[in-house]
Amino acid sequence: MKSAATIAPGRGYRWVVGIVLGAVFAVPIFSMIEFTLRDPTGGYSLNHWLALGDSGLASQTGPIWEGLGNSVVMTIVTVAVMLFIVTPTILLVTLRFPKLRRPLEFIALLPVSVPAIALVVGLAPVYLAISRTFGTGVWSLGLAYGVIALPYAYRAIQASVDATDVKTLAEAARTLGASWPNIFLRVLVPNLRQGLMAASLLTTAVVFGEYTYAALLVRQNLQTALVVVGQQDPFTGVAFSLLSLFGAFLLLYFISRVGSAGSAGTTRRSTKRKVRVA
Amino acid sequence: MTTDTITRRGAGLTKARPRGRGLPFAPALGLLPFAIYITVFLGIPAVLAVLSGFQTKRGAFTLNNLGVFTDPKVLATFGSTIWLAAVAAIIGAILGVLICLALLGLPATSRVRTFTNAATSVLAQFGGVTLAFAFIATVGRTGLLTQFLDNTLGINIVENGVWLYSLGGLVLPYVYFSTPLMVITFMPALAALKPQWAEANLALGGTRLGFWRHIGIPVLAPSFFASLLLLFAGAFSAYATAAALVSQGAPIVPIGIENALTSESVLGRAGIAGVYATGMILVVVVVMFAYARIQQRAERWQR
Repeated sequence: MKSAATIAPGRGYRWVVGIVLGAVFAVPIFSMIEFTLRDPTGGYSLNHWLALGDSGLASQTGPIWEGLGNSVVMTIVTVAVMLFIVTPTILLVTLRFPKLRRPLEFIALLPVSVPAIALVVGLAPVYLAISRTFGTGVWSLGLAYGVIALPYAYRAIQASVDATDVKTLAEAARTLGASWPNIFLRVLVPNLRQGLMAASLLTTAVVFGEYTYAALLVRQNLQTALVVVGQQDPFTGVAFSLLSLFGAFLLLYFISRVGSAGSAGTTRRSTKRKVRVA
Repeated sequence: MTTDTITRRGAGLTKARPRGRGLPFAPALGLLPFAIYITVFLGIPAVLAVLSGFQTKRGAFTLNNLGVFTDPKVLATFGSTIWLAAVAAIIGAILGVLICLALLGLPATSRVRTFTNAATSVLAQFGGVTLAFAFIATVGRTGLLTQFLDNTLGINIVENGVWLYSLGGLVLPYVYFSTPLMVITFMPALAALKPQWAEANLALGGTRLGFWRHIGIPVLAPSFFASLLLLFAGAFSAYATAAALVSQGAPIVPIGIENALTSESVLGRAGIAGVYATGMILVVVVVMFAYARIQQRAERWQR
């Protein structure tokens, strides 16, 4: 660590950048807070925040709750896609088709480079067909969100698969007579817990923050609701934006913590396992 | 899947037999759900988006829609989008590098690093609509900064209207989500700089400045440009912030797609959204191709 300091700029630089850029990036967030604390009669008060719980405002906050509910439904669908379609595929490729690893990675990271706003042009006819067959429920949009979240979720899951010797684990379990469902559910999944957790949380963050598809395919979610409410009553819009930012921050802070604890955990586990296998 | 065969195989208390016995295609069937999923929600939409640019309203093939690219207005839209994305990417990249350098001296598990990790992910990925509100609250007509500058220095920054809604105004929120993206993508490259190189440089009588000039910057340059391209692609494709800020103003391609999609039937200009989308995908494909090439060079130093 001491030697790393030979590259890293000194303490003074760190403080200057921390304070100056920290302040610059804090200003918009601080402005939002200040905005919600403005009292209509002048001065500052908590009135706007207290009013959020008022039943009188229900017509204004209504879209938010509806959007939030829709986002939750879509999140469940998208997380299910990650856990029941993407994860088994990654495991299957790792165990049986190692040659397909690169192509899978390419496909999984592809959505990063295809703009959602361009893809939505082609999704519109697809959703026309889906609506005709399965109805216009919001849940179906969760399927499309899986593609947007795929790069993030894939990286989290693949990293945890790489950190675990799934091949040895699966072979050991098979030799001991475990069935494939058992290998997946009771041997591999518990070992990949942290990666699956991180992937699910990242997926949640992506779905809650998505606006493009919902707006252009005319479905209500949290973000479209924020726009609607913000146009009617800026105070409510900004207040809920703040809350959603804070919620996303907590979620990702948690991932960050899980991640750093996770890497330590995996090393420990893999050494233990090596001993056991030997 | 092949539950039965495998259970029997396992229960046989023998070594696992050669794969694929009995049902040779069975494991491959396991790849089917993902293949179908990705085809329906990524493959088909991408193909349809491009194809719709080459169709008349009735669905017949045509190249006429490409004619919009001779429209100076459309070209200007692409031009201004590229300008906006480039400016935001360059400013974001520089600020991002400054932040990365500041984070370099801190251990990866420190509180500041964990906090920045979470904050950068939120601002880079979650932003969108929320950022629009944040900047309205900052430099909008009654924004905090607007009022502060007016009250203390007597400068009215919105004298000629709120510029946040213009193309130049969009630079501000775009930089705000590009900078964290730079921190996320550039930090691993910077952290991979080996302290030994600095030591070797010092031991051989090099200076700190010499280290950056001859070692640090040449090694990091590919990563820097790769990240810069990623920032460009991100800003070029961004839609939510602009949509929440601009109702009809700033002419950028994503808003053009929105207008074409929502008013296609009215205007009778079918396929315009498709042409715009194709143009966007082309720009991004070129950028991402360059990114992949540069990234290959960058990865040499990250082992």
